[in-house]
Amino acid sequence: MPKDHGIGASSKRREDVRFLTGDGNYTDDINVHGQAYVHFLRSDVAHGRLTSVDTSEAGKMPGVVRIFTGADFEGVGGLPCGWCVTDRHGEPMQEPGHPVLAQGKVRHVGDPIAAVVADTPEQARDAAEAIIADIEEFPAVVDMKAALKEGAPKVHDDLSSNLCYDWGFVEENREAVDKAIQEAAHVTTLELVNQRLVANPMEPRVAIGEYSRARDEHTLYTTSQNPHVIRLLMGAFVLGIPEHKLRVVAPDVGGGFGSKIFHYAEEAFCTFAAKAVNRPVKWTSSRSEAFMTDAHGRDHVTKIELALDADNNFTALRTDTHANMGAYLSTFAPSVPTWLHGTLMAGNYRTPLIYVNVKAVFTNTVPVDAYRGAGRPEATYQLERVIDKAARELGVDPIALRRQNFVTEFPYATPVAVEYDTGDYNATMDKLEEIADLKGFAARRKESEARGRLRGLGVNCYIEACGIAPSNLVGQLGARAGLYESATVRVNATGGLVVMTGSHSHGQGHETSFAQVVADMIGIDENMVDIVHGDTANTPMGMGTYGSRSIAVGGSAMVRATEKIIAKAKKIAAHLLEASDADIELKDGAFTVAGTDKSVAWGDVTLAAYVPHNYPLEDIEPGLEETAFYDPANFTYPAGAYACEVELDPETGKVTVERFAAADDFGNIINPMIVDGQVHGGIGQGIGQALLESCAYDENGQLLSASYMDYAMPRADDVPFYSVDHSCSTPCTHNPLGVKGCGEAGAIGSPPAVVNAVIDAMQSGGHKVDHIDMPVSPSRVWTAMNG
Amino acid sequence: MYNFEFERPTSVADAVKALGQEEAQPLAGGQTLIPTLKQRLAMPSKLVSLSGISEMKGITQEGRTLVVGAATVHADVAADGTIAALSDLAGNIGDPAVRNRGTIGGSVANNDPSACYPAAALGLGATIVTDRREIAADDFFTGMFETALDEGEIVTAVKFPQPEAAAYAKFEQPASRFALVGVFVARTGEGVRVAVTGASEGGVFRWREAETALASDFSAGALDGMAPEADDMISDLHGSAAYRAHLVGVMARRAVAAAR
Ligand SMILES: Cc1cc2nc3c(=O)[nH]c(=O)nc-3n(C[C@H](O)[C@H](O)[C@H](O)COP(=O)(O)OP(=O)(O)OC[C@H]3O[C@@H](n4cnc5c(N)ncnc54)[C@H](O)[C@@H]3O)c2cc1C
Repeated sequence: MPKDHGIGASSKRREDVRFLTGDGNYTDDINVHGQAYVHFLRSDVAHGRLTSVDTSEAGKMPGVVRIFTGADFEGVGGLPCGWCVTDRHGEPMQEPGHPVLAQGKVRHVGDPIAAVVADTPEQARDAAEAIIADIEEFPAVVDMKAALKEGAPKVHDDLSSNLCYDWGFVEENREAVDKAIQEAAHVTTLELVNQRLVANPMEPRVAIGEYSRARDEHTLYTTSQNPHVIRLLMGAFVLGIPEHKLRVVAPDVGGGFGSKIFHYAEEAFCTFAAKAVNRPVKWTSSRSEAFMTDAHGRDHVTKIELALDADNNFTALRTDTHANMGAYLSTFAPSVPTWLHGTLMAGNYRTPLIYVNVKAVFTNTVPVDAYRGAGRPEATYQLERVIDKAARELGVDPIALRRQNFVTEFPYATPVAVEYDTGDYNATMDKLEEIADLKGFAARRKESEARGRLRGLGVNCYIEACGIAPSNLVGQLGARAGLYESATVRVNATGGLVVMTGSHSHGQGHETSFAQVVADMIGIDENMVDIVHGDTANTPMGMGTYGSRSIAVGGSAMVRATEKIIAKAKKIAAHLLEASDADIELKDGAFTVAGTDKSVAWGDVTLAAYVPHNYPLEDIEPGLEETAFYDPANFTYPAGAYACEVELDPETGKVTVERFAAADDFGNIINPMIVDGQVHGGIGQGIGQALLESCAYDENGQLLSASYMDYAMPRADDVPFYSVDHSCSTPCTHNPLGVKGCGEAGAIGSPPAVVNAVIDAMQSGGHKVDHIDMPVSPSRVWTAMNG
Repeated sequence: MYNFEFERPTSVADAVKALGQEEAQPLAGGQTLIPTLKQRLAMPSKLVSLSGISEMKGITQEGRTLVVGAATVHADVAADGTIAALSDLAGNIGDPAVRNRGTIGGSVANNDPSACYPAAALGLGATIVTDRREIAADDFFTGMFETALDEGEIVTAVKFPQPEAAAYAKFEQPASRFALVGVFVARTGEGVRVAVTGASEGGVFRWREAETALASDFSAGALDGMAPEADDMISDLHGSAAYRAHLVGVMARRAVAAAR
């Protein structure tokens, strides 16, 4: 029987009432009395020297409050990078400055040159058009390999080259891997591109800076996945404002997918300008601005080689990747192609020797950072594509080849530094074969062929490292932050609870699922628990939401804080029941003396805590409020197996996804309906990447896909009904809920399944095509089949 | 957008008068013009809305000719069904919001090289009626975003002769879902017409070789292996010139097969 409340119940998402009735409170819904508006003048060339910025005419235009240029930010900190990667030779990465407004040079289309603050948005825009910016244009660096050539134009003149770092992992394995590949019975090689993407959350970014002279306090309202991180980064590194003088509020946020993790120039600008002009300053991104200023995702060019012995056991893996950083280092950019990517190269397999080389490159493009999955989709895609290619070359069944090489014993220490605590990859594969009805594929293919269509089946596995992350470990790896999470549980006198979390919900449904956890622990109705997030003024310091970490890390903090609450409540109950603490049991919201029918209700205990007339004041304080911080002992390792069936129209090259099945092991599940939704959304984005989305630049660094006219987002009719299952569960061994996280799995696991299916379809039609790059557009398919 | 004056006349004559002002521009459904204004890519002195002119709205039958008022929205043409191919075409433009606002007049006047209606107008041998004259579709579409309209001239209706059989086959550009290639095929008493949109640098055009082939044998097979020259085709993110030329052949065959 499915549960109808608490952990395991598909409780309806309580937040949807306000989202679906237009009652949400997004940053752009906030208007602060007296606010002015900023419009940014942005570079329309990719690379050049700013010879002059003449604001004299613009400054006289109606409504203009003040115009800022890079000169106003001399002496102000630049946007910081939160992760320092050490290269193969033990040297720190090259780390260029990132000014709030361009100083000296512009480095990508969209780089802000000046900012006009005016009474209305239109006036600010009018005045921005009247600014005369002289730019001496330089050749743009767009292609990563060209960027690394001798004599290539430099994005940053003060760096020695366009190479951010050359990372080797595990460097000590390099020679052994080379040798194993040389001696292998078979080596499969694949060169591929994991294309650049734009996150495209439904809500574009917004920032409002506010300053109180009387209190010398700053407030920033912003579209962020992690308000505390923004407060720390912006306060400490950019503007020099201590935390107690800076409040950051991220109210309802309409999707992030990673792009709202990072600290952006516009946030710092609005906070800075609000004090400078002594008025609140608001910025609302247009969709066009979003395309050229939101951090982009992925953009890897990779060569991968898989070595196998004569029995088809994987013996070694070598990868060589160029990862685009764009023009500046976004907040967590350096970590994505390294620690979030190289550490996952073992996948679900026992490959004893692995070497990953990553060259991170500066180019005259928008900075690239984490996008749903962040590094793990890049790892999964290349690994699962090369395994598929190997199976074809060897003439073996791709599922059998995978099963043969699965990790089956846990814990399993990979050769790439991580230790999988638990899993059962054969179980998810079995489940997949069942829910995808792989037995019925041959008949479905026949039916497609009768209609002149080719049909292909693609299967793959994935594993991800979620629940980010043990602070001491990531500290050693270069993180400049800890990655714990926090919760404060406040019980009110009449028994209701408010739980304040440092994580943030921007679509994930925390307000529902987190409440289920706490209510379940106490045995009370979920509606007695409210979840508060998004405001540094009323939540404990926390690191926010990304990397499928919220339930695994934030949920664990909540469990710890609730445990403290229960322990204290038991003491109060013991006092009321004149029993010993050790004899008190909590069940269904009542405290009972074990083995008796003496009991006191939850509400009586909470009331006693706040009206302590009959209370053990000599032993414990009044009140019932506890905080816990939780730092995970390890990552969590969700894993699964996905299958995709496509139909391909050989005349036009158009591919349609006909069936998609996902068997995931997320450990324990709090709310199955929300988990389904997360997987659905992730698969939708994965299909989007596989078939449709591409952020393209021309050789001059002009963004070609700068609007929805050219950037293809997946729509409802691009995706089939999904068949998803998460009944195969090996609970996480090291967090109290046994949960692993499910936010990114769909986006990580689906692109290789789609592309494998397309290759299978083409091969079934006699086309000897063994690779095609994403997005698998009709024109690419047709060209591949007729090239 | 920049500031502009706004007028909403109720007759064609008043609209033409209002358009006499320097840099005045008609506004129909705004599905093209409003985004252009928001991006500040146009700076009209005055917008003259055509939405209040009832004589420009609606669909009537005059003998074997269907007269569609220029201010008729796509959704109404889609619902009409008199010329099935035309209604199908209208029903696949954009999304419901676009179809409930965008107009046939706006579409043909704009002559976007990827738009659908120009293919129907050219393919059916339509006549474009303006406030001052009638222009054959063959003479109306003069190039990418260019038409035979004079400054201040308004399209008031489009007249479509009823075909014996016709169909429009559209292959969507994956992002915009405009036509990457769209082919409108019609068989009429006067012969066969094949109009192609989305493909050419010159905008909508008639594919004469296909018309000749179909004149003697109106079947998909008559076009087997045929495709126009790729030389003048558009090449962009979504497809090369060669791919578009190939698609013209495919879509033409599909349109012939679907014609009814
Ligand atoms: C999301 C989206 C998807 C779309 N998809 C498609 C598609 O698949 N296929 C397709 O064909 N189109 C598509 N369109 C375009 C749509 O059909 C527009 O409605 C059409 O191109 C313009 O019509 P309008 O009435 O909106 O004209 P407006 O935008 O108001 O005007 C367009 C231009 O024509 C001029 N104009 C308007 N009416 C007249 C007139 N009567 N006489 C003279 N000049 C006039 C205006 O001054 C302006 O220059 C799409 C649009 C959107 C926004």
